[in-house]
Amino acid sequence: MSSEILPTTEPEAEPYRLQVNGREHTVASSWLGESLLYVLRERLGHPGTKNACDQGECGSCTVLMDGRVVCACCLLAADAVDADIRTVEGLGRGEGPDAEVDDVQRAFLDAGAVQCGFCTPGLVVAVHDLLDHRPEEVALGVREALSGNLCRCTVYGRVLAAVARVRDERREGRGGGLADGGPGGQQGGVET
Amino acid sequence: MSTTTPPGAPTTTTTGTPGVLGDSADRPDGVAKVTGNFAFSSDLHLEGRLWGRTLRSPHAAARIRSIDTSRATAMAGVHAVVLAEDVPGSPTFGMEHRDQPVFASEVIRHHGEAVAAVAAEHPELALRAARAIEVDYEVLEPLVDSEAAITADPIHPDGNVFRHIALRHGDPDGVTGDVVVEGSYEVAMQDQAFLGPESGLAVPDGEGGIDLYISTQWLHVDRDQVAACLDLAPDKVRLSLAGVGGAFGGREDVSLQVHVCLLAMVTGRPVKMLYSREESFHGHVHRHPARLWYRHHATSDGDLVKVEARIVLDGGAYASSSAAVIANATCFAAGPYRVPNAAIDGWAVRTNNPPCGAMRGFGAVQTCFAHEAQMDRLAAALDMDPVELRLRNALATGDRIVTGQVITGTAPVREVIEAATSHPLPDAGPDDPRVLPGGTGLTARPGDVVRGTGFAVGYKNLMFSEGFDDYSTAGVRLERGLDGEPVATVRCAAAEVGQGFHTLALQVVRSELGIERAVLGPTDTSIGSAGSTSASRQTWMSGGAVQAACQAVKRRLLVRASERLGVAVDGTRRELVALRDGAVVEVDGDGRVPLADLLDTPIDEVHEYHHPPTEPLDEHGQGNAHVSFAFAAHRATVDVDPELGLVRVVQVATGQDIGRALNPRALIGQVEGGIAQGVGLAVMEEMVVEDGLVRNPSFTDYLIPTTLDMPEVVASFVEQPEPGAPFGAKGVGEPPTISSTPAVVAAMRAATGAALTRVPVRPGDVVGEDGGVADPAAGPGAR
Repeated sequence: MSSEILPTTEPEAEPYRLQVNGREHTVASSWLGESLLYVLRERLGHPGTKNACDQGECGSCTVLMDGRVVCACCLLAADAVDADIRTVEGLGRGEGPDAEVDDVQRAFLDAGAVQCGFCTPGLVVAVHDLLDHRPEEVALGVREALSGNLCRCTVYGRVLAAVARVRDERREGRGGGLADGGPGGQQGGVET
Repeated sequence: MSTTTPPGAPTTTTTGTPGVLGDSADRPDGVAKVTGNFAFSSDLHLEGRLWGRTLRSPHAAARIRSIDTSRATAMAGVHAVVLAEDVPGSPTFGMEHRDQPVFASEVIRHHGEAVAAVAAEHPELALRAARAIEVDYEVLEPLVDSEAAITADPIHPDGNVFRHIALRHGDPDGVTGDVVVEGSYEVAMQDQAFLGPESGLAVPDGEGGIDLYISTQWLHVDRDQVAACLDLAPDKVRLSLAGVGGAFGGREDVSLQVHVCLLAMVTGRPVKMLYSREESFHGHVHRHPARLWYRHHATSDGDLVKVEARIVLDGGAYASSSAAVIANATCFAAGPYRVPNAAIDGWAVRTNNPPCGAMRGFGAVQTCFAHEAQMDRLAAALDMDPVELRLRNALATGDRIVTGQVITGTAPVREVIEAATSHPLPDAGPDDPRVLPGGTGLTARPGDVVRGTGFAVGYKNLMFSEGFDDYSTAGVRLERGLDGEPVATVRCAAAEVGQGFHTLALQVVRSELGIERAVLGPTDTSIGSAGSTSASRQTWMSGGAVQAACQAVKRRLLVRASERLGVAVDGTRRELVALRDGAVVEVDGDGRVPLADLLDTPIDEVHEYHHPPTEPLDEHGQGNAHVSFAFAAHRATVDVDPELGLVRVVQVATGQDIGRALNPRALIGQVEGGIAQGVGLAVMEEMVVEDGLVRNPSFTDYLIPTTLDMPEVVASFVEQPEPGAPFGAKGVGEPPTISSTPAVVAAMRAATGAALTRVPVRPGDVVGEDGGVADPAAGPGAR
């Protein structure tokens, strides 16, 4: 990548570090104008976070930054230095083709909340955030919390069913995310 | 028989257990999709790849005086700038008619038309290089009125009329009804708005050929267009399906396929292209805007006597599939009713508006909005219940449609109507501002909100029509896996776009061969065409091809086993050996050979599946043009604030004709998703085009339903196996989108009394500010 010619006469950005899914990466020889989404997808090998609207409307690029949902397309990567970035690839156990699913991901599959799947990574992250921080939300509260994530196949009904499944499982102490304290499990099983 | 699947109902198969037909089998791509490991076409990465970018016209109609690429070419890191003159083969492409330039060279015919493309080392650099190309335009007055286009000077050498169908059925000149109702309607331009933007990776093979990894609905028709434009033999162009982030018709036409391959050929480097959302809105075809005039005639008892209609679809600048869309709009213009006499004129015309082509429902959506509004008007004129009027005229098996074709398959129109209306109406809803029309803006007051209920029914064809042989090819290879157990590999070029064909293909194999282990081979052009993933056809066509390939494999297993067992395969009346529980057994004896023992060499069978032939329409729009039909009915409940013109769709209840449920979990997903897109067209989705210019090419300004907009869906399915269909199943993807839109608008009319003759309904239409159809000059810009 270092031989890549950058877009402008602007100086090359100084190397900076990003913490993604608990691992530290150095971003070198880059253009300072690159979004967090671009750097995750094109420089750090994390294409799980998706690109669909380029302006923070669709939620496909949802990631957790210090535990809060952000649209990675609207954030300069260099602004994420020192933050803990968590992407969809870092939610389950393990990464890559052998990754195991967590409770939210499992519920999406069981409830039929996956069709084309392009919105799925962003929705999975958004559902994690909802259930970790506001597990008491039901019905309209859930709809409102997920209204920033567009789905065109529109599996919204199935996503709502998946949320209900996970909430019930966590309340009953079943599931509760990952046994080894992965990001989905840290606050799993929160009782209200 | 009718079955009900409430949303959220438990599925019949535990996750992890492979499913057979009828089970809610797991998606083979499911785990990859929820973990972020599924590779969409935008996710492809190859070291050393360049980034492609298109330059597009800012004008709807213009003449190109000159193009100066010198500044772009001189930029460090820019490897190629290509124009029309650099296209080595056919200068034009097109799915059915090759009338669309790869790059405009002299004439611009629509906003966003491609003029040039660049390849550079960084996407931002590619964008800046494209912007550095200087094009000198002579801006012209665009032709944007679809009615005027019929007689206007042609804006293309092929003329302005893509197709005119003058359908005449029965004796339309000789009869009139006791009761006559008339109306004019308008449907705006809808976008497929799939979330995964157009994207692909082209890799030159170093020997003059190219590999393209692409999201599309039909690999082979893309391949043929790329090969023709690049002047390559088709076998030098190999397409592989990369992950498809939704399609809904919008990927049936070529978008960046030729551009990215040309850039790769010119640079000798891999090139990736990825549209921004704005470019996506310009880069694919949309649903045709329609102007419709209707006059319905009925007896005083409510029997339909005659339907007259004039339908004008605005096809925009290039042909795409306009000729087929207007055929559908015309054939299904009268709705799923017995109509003995009809005079329907359908026009699809060329204008300087954005090109239009396939979108879910394909012509039937536009006419259903009009014919269902007409049925409600007729019911009011007759003082009859609107549902009763529909039941009275409902098509059934053995009836003729207005093309003269007799329906020989199932036509459970009465049943879907009864199923949709049998669901309980929704409750009043919670006392919560979030359920008010307009939501938490808190502008609507609960006391002002009026609830309304409306009803609609519609239908369309399955598969391609008018004599087109849209066959599908599938291969099944059965062999011993590494552990010695039999494993089947399915190969088929059918595009999985999210709808679930890959899941279904494996269900078919498990059902037909009785084995658990079935896997998918690559989806590419190394096998014959599977036809398009459109027209609700892949379950029937490619499902049928996989089934037939399995049956050929099974026959060879039986032959191998019969040789081992020393018995003939066939007796005088039946087979003497049979596939049962992972073995071939002797029907009349104890002989048994496990499948694995029969696979010393693999068995590989490829089958081409064809549906029964159809006929072209004759000069009067008559003929047996269609293979099969699918029907659905929708009842919508809405809350409207009539003073503010705000609406919330509370519930959509549906009854749908599905033939047979092959995967209940996938089925409900298709039905809910189709309804969502129909609701979107009813109340929010419109590409606003002014003087040919697209005003809202973004997800900030083109609104699609969110979780807050999505109504509750209650669904019942009518299962009457379709004769001649593999598994008895009908495609299910399109009917939910057809009649959900008119049902929602009917509910809004019931709540407000407003005429609402145009979709999407805008607040001004409800409160009486907008001109609507009566004043077409007001147009979409009158918001």
